[in-house]
Amino acid sequence: MGRSDIGPPNFQEMLPEVIKKNYGNWKYHEILKPGVMRHVSETGDEVFTVRVGSPRLVSVDFIRDICDIADKYCDGYLRFTSRYNIEFMTPHKKNIRPIIEEVKKLGLPVGGTGNAISNIVHTQGWAHCHSAATDSSSVVKSLMDELYGYFTSMKLPAKLRVSLACCINMCGAIHCSDLAVVGVHTKVPKIDHEKVGAICEIPTTIGSCPTGAIRRHPDKEVKSVVIREDLCMYCGNCYTVCPAMPLADPEGDGVAIYAGGKVSNARKPPMFSRLVVPYLPNNPPRWPEVVNTVKKIVEVYAKNARKFERMGEWIERIGWEKFFQLTGIPFAEQHIDDFTYARETWRTTTQFKW
Amino acid sequence: MKEETPLVDQLEKGPWPSYVKEIKRAAKKNAAAKDLLGVQELSFKDKVTHWKHGGIVGVTGYGGGVIGRYSDVPHLFPNVESFHTLRVNHPAGWFYSTKKLRQLCDVWERYGSSLTNFHGSTGDIILLGTTTANLQPCFDALTEVGFDLGGSGSALRTLTACVGPARCEWTNINTLDLVHNLTMEFQDEIHRPRWPYKFKIKISGCPNDCVAAIARADLTIIGTWRDSLKIDQKAVKEYVKAGFDVKGLVVDKCPTNALKWDEKTKKLRVVPQDCVRCMHCINKMTKAIRPGLDKGATLLIGGKAPILKGAMLSSVIVPFMKVEPPYTEIKELVRKIWDWWDENGRTRERVGELIERLGMRNFLKAVGLKPTPQMIKAPRANPYVFF
Repeated sequence: MGRSDIGPPNFQEMLPEVIKKNYGNWKYHEILKPGVMRHVSETGDEVFTVRVGSPRLVSVDFIRDICDIADKYCDGYLRFTSRYNIEFMTPHKKNIRPIIEEVKKLGLPVGGTGNAISNIVHTQGWAHCHSAATDSSSVVKSLMDELYGYFTSMKLPAKLRVSLACCINMCGAIHCSDLAVVGVHTKVPKIDHEKVGAICEIPTTIGSCPTGAIRRHPDKEVKSVVIREDLCMYCGNCYTVCPAMPLADPEGDGVAIYAGGKVSNARKPPMFSRLVVPYLPNNPPRWPEVVNTVKKIVEVYAKNARKFERMGEWIERIGWEKFFQLTGIPFAEQHIDDFTYARETWRTTTQFKW
Repeated sequence: MKEETPLVDQLEKGPWPSYVKEIKRAAKKNAAAKDLLGVQELSFKDKVTHWKHGGIVGVTGYGGGVIGRYSDVPHLFPNVESFHTLRVNHPAGWFYSTKKLRQLCDVWERYGSSLTNFHGSTGDIILLGTTTANLQPCFDALTEVGFDLGGSGSALRTLTACVGPARCEWTNINTLDLVHNLTMEFQDEIHRPRWPYKFKIKISGCPNDCVAAIARADLTIIGTWRDSLKIDQKAVKEYVKAGFDVKGLVVDKCPTNALKWDEKTKKLRVVPQDCVRCMHCINKMTKAIRPGLDKGATLLIGGKAPILKGAMLSSVIVPFMKVEPPYTEIKELVRKIWDWWDENGRTRERVGELIERLGMRNFLKAVGLKPTPQMIKAPRANPYVFF
């Protein structure tokens, strides 16, 4: 039997020499070109970083490939960023070029720094999740194929963080992204009455519904529940506690797009992403509706935002009414909030634009 | 087993690296990976997932770290009938020696699909897909090479931190040491779910918050400083010389007008009492402007994704705390928070939702924190006040 509670490997044993030596002693950094950074320490030591995009869902042979590069040029160390990028670090400037050449041989892009679109944080989707309302990896692949030029350049007004969650549980916590793509169900759960009685705890199932839409089955003989359809907003919380209430539906499931969130405190405080497109159909494997909509928003933002203005800061400055005008995205009744914190989103002033 | 995957194959094309190529690479040697391609193809045709709801599986002595996963079409794809995930706790900052990574790859090639996520949303290494029978031997082999499982279910989830002092000049705390220390201290809480719901601790070294701590962590730790940011006038002049528009791109964008610019002398001044440490000027002029020297962290509580009462951002509970090993003050506070939440929380109620239900005043009192104006945007506007 294995040992228990040993915890992760100690990071101190995972650091390259130049990092260990200058730990806590960095003075400044600069981006030499897209995907290449130079950090300088108080002692004058330098470390050069090459940032590389990854499909995230990778085989062990992929990991071995990047280990080969790190063994050759980075003294056997590498790291990943919080957005799945691989970072090769070296104290030797001369290693940058061969690292980039080897990375390109593997078909991987160099970039994701500064005013760019970095890799899309995402969830498992149809590859591995039971509650997915859309796929993840294929949507991300389709989006990044189209947005590729924004990863390998730094031509946007500010950085642009795109994230994707395959259902509204949002286990990727994507709700503060410049652009968030989220899988949505639009049909109420289909109740398997026999299974509910057998495998679900009925009070827990009723209690799981945030809008009180789930009631006991009116027939006392039937050990199950019923749903008031007009109260259900398809959150799937009941399905999480009771597997006999699946809500996936080939026709109803699709994708919504939210915009204007950020986590950084720079300039404006952190912001939530807000609904801009309530529903687009699932259209695998290439998701043209989603790709085109995201691309359109990115282009309008790139053209209109001021330098260093994040998506949400730009929208706040011009106003949501202008955002819908500029992007041509139709305003729908779904945009008007009717959930827990709805009131704070309604306009309580006569100040607005035409 | 279906051999043809025309829809999936379309995702091999295009400039961005293809996950389908990766699955195919694994599929050459691994039957489960091959079946996963078939499952993807079927989902593309049917437009629904073909994975069943959960199932309790695990390894001896642990209550989490493994996500049970079963196919709903095992007759078509018998090699992924059970296809469980292991969450493996990453080393702080996602730094690796290639030796460690290769050991991990060897274990996973032997006991699983040889497919992975580097990394999952929470920060773990995700080992994607193995059988029930292989779970225990896989775990045993993982611990042999020095890896352990991360959190899942109603437990402390795998803690993450930004790159911090390892390669960033902006950090105000030792994010990596802190995250490793807390991870080791709370192994029991990570591995044995016992609470109303999940609890996340995420640590960023500065208010840029590169690990999105404020958006998703129940306890958010963000490095900051109490004194004034530092300006190097010589370096400011270098920016001017290089043609950088200091006034337009930095001074005018300061959210509190705390920066003053003298166009004649090219001198940049800060009014420290007006600065809210947003990081904009430091981000844009990193060679000239640096955080202050009296460093520590702001602690915030209650961040979460929408399930269930709507998304919440964390809110300030400790405006400033010195953060030094052995981090006793943070550990004591987090234990008090857990006790109160565990005592009062309903099933699947995150701590932020509980605070909203029972009130921030009650929470602060329960964990022994004194109210300060830094905790609020504005005092209440209503007259319904408890005395």
